Amino acid sequence: MTAVRSLGEPILSMDSISLSFGGVKALTDISLHVRKHEILAIIGPNGAGKSSLLNVINGVYHPSSGSVTYKGATRSQMRPHEAASQGIARTFQNIALFKGMTVLDNIMTGRTLKMHAGFFWQCIYVGKARDEEIRHRRKVEEIIDFLQIESIRKTPVGRLPYGLQKRVELGRALAAEPELLLLDEPMAGMNIEEKEDMSRFILDINDEFGTTIVLIEHDMGVVMDLSDRVVVLDYGRKIGDGTPDEIRGNQEVIDAYLGVAH
Amino acid sequence: MGFFIEVLVGGLMAGVLYSLVALGFVLIFKASGVFNFAQGAMVLFAALSFVRLLDILKDTFAPMLLSLAITIAIMIVLAIAIERLVLRPLVNQPGISLFMATLGIAYFLDGFGQAIWGSDIYTLDVGIPKDPVLLFESVFEGGVLLSTEDMVAALVAGVLVAVLALFFQRTRIGRALRAVADDHQAAQSVGIPLNYIWVIVWTVAGLVALVAGIIWGSKLGVQFSLSLIALKALPVLILGGFESVLGAIVGGLIIGAGEKLSEVYLGPYIGGGIENWFAYVLALFFLLFRPQGLFGEKHIDRV
Ligand SMILES: Nc1ncnc2c1ncn2[C@@H]1O[C@H](COP(=O)(O)OP(=O)(O)O)[C@@H](O)[C@H]1O
Ligand SMILES: [Mg+2]
Repeated sequence: MTAVRSLGEPILSMDSISLSFGGVKALTDISLHVRKHEILAIIGPNGAGKSSLLNVINGVYHPSSGSVTYKGATRSQMRPHEAASQGIARTFQNIALFKGMTVLDNIMTGRTLKMHAGFFWQCIYVGKARDEEIRHRRKVEEIIDFLQIESIRKTPVGRLPYGLQKRVELGRALAAEPELLLLDEPMAGMNIEEKEDMSRFILDINDEFGTTIVLIEHDMGVVMDLSDRVVVLDYGRKIGDGTPDEIRGNQEVIDAYLGVAH
Repeated sequence: MGFFIEVLVGGLMAGVLYSLVALGFVLIFKASGVFNFAQGAMVLFAALSFVRLLDILKDTFAPMLLSLAITIAIMIVLAIAIERLVLRPLVNQPGISLFMATLGIAYFLDGFGQAIWGSDIYTLDVGIPKDPVLLFESVFEGGVLLSTEDMVAALVAGVLVAVLALFFQRTRIGRALRAVADDHQAAQSVGIPLNYIWVIVWTVAGLVALVAGIIWGSKLGVQFSLSLIALKALPVLILGGFESVLGAIVGGLIIGAGEKLSEVYLGPYIGGGIENWFAYVLALFFLLFRPQGLFGEKHIDRV
């Protein structure tokens, strides 16, 4: 357990967030805090609204009511590229890499907001634009080392196996040097060894860079090992919020997972 | 042999122009999933603006440069206006709505362009020598007679394509463009603002249209028929695949060369005018046997 690490103030708070699609209520009156430097796991059965929650945080979905306070600023909605510029990076449940581009280029896109050379200089690719490109390339190589994917640097990601694609997507998110990292099922479809690697990367990121992480995961073993806190969703409602130990003993959570009638 | 090469090269030169127009289509299609019916109208509008400005500014110190600069500025303003007034309000609407919207843009540009610039046929002289040159006299009997104008045109188009390719490969904005083309959602999540990218893509498509318009206009005069070039780009796209830049280029060359060669060599047997329908028949064959085009990827729906 990593619970001894002292956790900071909330970096993100959701206040009475609701979201629906036509008749489907994906989220109902959700309030929660994410504290600085913690690893928060979101669990719940399929269709519980976990992905929708992440999508609200980085502005892919706009909630029908409620507000999100991030780093002191309260908003009713945000746009994805604004979220990115505020230090929120993410991965997707269904890998969303740029399939035609190489691993290196994919991770380079993660640097988008850190690069500033103007349009004109880029057109002629001299001076500032060139230096900048080289500087950021170095940073990207560090991430590639960290994730141990040197051997596939120049491979178009479309040709990589699933597990490696997930890793590259994590690399792209890391390249932005985010304060808040959202991971939607980073280990889905992985074998045990790949899961162990991914778990280690997540812990290292949290430890070394102090990145706050919100992750969705189904494997309870992994969740209990990694997270400082767990939030449980069921049918769009929050039914649990606490340390892994507290959640393990929560009757409502156990019922939701065992499929007791509501 | 010399004659064959003359015909082939002549065809390839025309093909380069088809490639340019098709390239404009592909760029926009990749970046925004919009089939831009207005690409031809943009060619006409750019060429009209340029030729009329040239006339207005003919007594200034550098009419050519000034007209070019102002036309480029007009195309940028046009791109911004299209993004604001058409694309942004229609975001997340079905592709067919966007396509209809570009039809609207096409009619608007045709009408608006002729309203402010007039609808006569304007001759455009950008100072490219028109005399043909005789090459390879020592290699083939009779040599190869080529038009300087065509060669300059091909050179300009070639340089433009090379510059664009470098821009896409080497720069952050180029990478952002490719990213948006691959996955809108993911592109936004890394902080690429879609709106800005759309403006850039439509600007680039506008510049490509301008180059095509100037080259074509100086050959045929600037007139309404330039707008119909778009119809030639359609078979090029079917050949090359809607999403492939390389496909647009190769497709244009094949159609350009194919129509000239068939006109000259098959024309005498099955009657002239092949040039006018060759491209479409070729496209039909492709639709039957390789609908994804030469370089397109075959999509299989998940079920
Ligand atoms: N874009 C969407 N359009 C319509 N319904 C959606 C959309 N996204 C999610 N939903 C619905 O919202 C509910 C929650 O989905 P989701 O957040 O993906 O759940 P989870 O990630 O927990 O499996 C589901 O009923 C799903 O069908
Ligand atoms: Mg999900």
